[in-house]
Amino acid sequence: MRAAKLLQYAFRQWKPAAKEVLGHSILLAQFFSLLHLTETYICSPTLVYGPSMLPTLNLTGDVLLVDKLSLLLGKVGPGDVVLVRSPQNPRKCITKRIVGVEGDTVTFLVDPARSDRSHSLVVPKGHVWIQGDNIYASKDSRQLGPIPYGLILGKVFYRVWPPEDFGPLGQ
Amino acid sequence: MAAQGVLWSSAKKCFTAGLIGLTVSDRYASFMAVRGSSMSPTLNPNNKNSSGFVFDDYVLVEKFCLGKYKFSRGDVVVFRSPSNYKEKNVKRIAALPGDWIHLPSLDTVRIPEGHCWVVGDNAACSMDSRSLGPIPLGLICGRITHVVWPPHRLGRVDGKNNILAEVQVDMLEEHRD
Repeated sequence: MRAAKLLQYAFRQWKPAAKEVLGHSILLAQFFSLLHLTETYICSPTLVYGPSMLPTLNLTGDVLLVDKLSLLLGKVGPGDVVLVRSPQNPRKCITKRIVGVEGDTVTFLVDPARSDRSHSLVVPKGHVWIQGDNIYASKDSRQLGPIPYGLILGKVFYRVWPPEDFGPLGQ
Repeated sequence: MAAQGVLWSSAKKCFTAGLIGLTVSDRYASFMAVRGSSMSPTLNPNNKNSSGFVFDDYVLVEKFCLGKYKFSRGDVVVFRSPSNYKEKNVKRIAALPGDWIHLPSLDTVRIPEGHCWVVGDNAACSMDSRSLGPIPLGLICGRITHVVWPPHRLGRVDGKNNILAEVQVDMLEEHRD
């Protein structure tokens, strides 16, 4: 009898606290969910570096905003700079420019540093042809072949760092 | 006024639940229906039952494996089709990067870096790596661990290595477990 009363007392005392904890954790979960959804479906910042996009992007590293919405709507086309999951290492991402989409005929220099030999082919269905702006130091579709559209992670549309280059990324 | 308050609070609750649900299904685990008979003994064993209705299997897809992209041979995975990014396929991984595949057509293929070889359990009607070639690991969007519906088939999908007899796999020493 006394135990039941004690339990009731404890329950009454702890109920508001438990309610508060629950409320706070739901708020926290909501916050993280919103963050995640913004990151996966609208836009997210990424840091890229390397020589392969040299005239457009810096060697030492740029922070870019990647637009995911236009990818979901299928509005990624030739001329766009895209973030692609590397087919050789899925843990890594690469930044390249789309040169051709499915059905296009692309002509490229096989080895621009040494010869003028060029090669042309038709991009297969559901694939894109990506190339770096700096064709001398870029590992892209010329070595990897056409890239499946499903590997594209988003379209780069804005540069936020370094501050002197702040602004939208031109075609 | 009170009715409006109730409406508002229930709308807020629905919004929160949807938000959290979408995040969980994106990051951790989700449910999915499997259509077609390309994985037939494992999923959708009898595509047509006696009454002629087709019942799809519902499966649990876990996404923790995407953190490191670490898979093993025999895993049943969901991946985006390389030729159509809107389509998702379910197949079993037969070989990982560095393995050699002996095809019945007397070809020997080495799986390139970052790719895998996928096959369906039902060799007769399955469009898999035999026609598509090696699949980039980056296209994989989850691993199937359990069948959850219909209830009498509830259970684990095991990663048994019943890789098709016609596809012979030479495993690399470092991957063998």
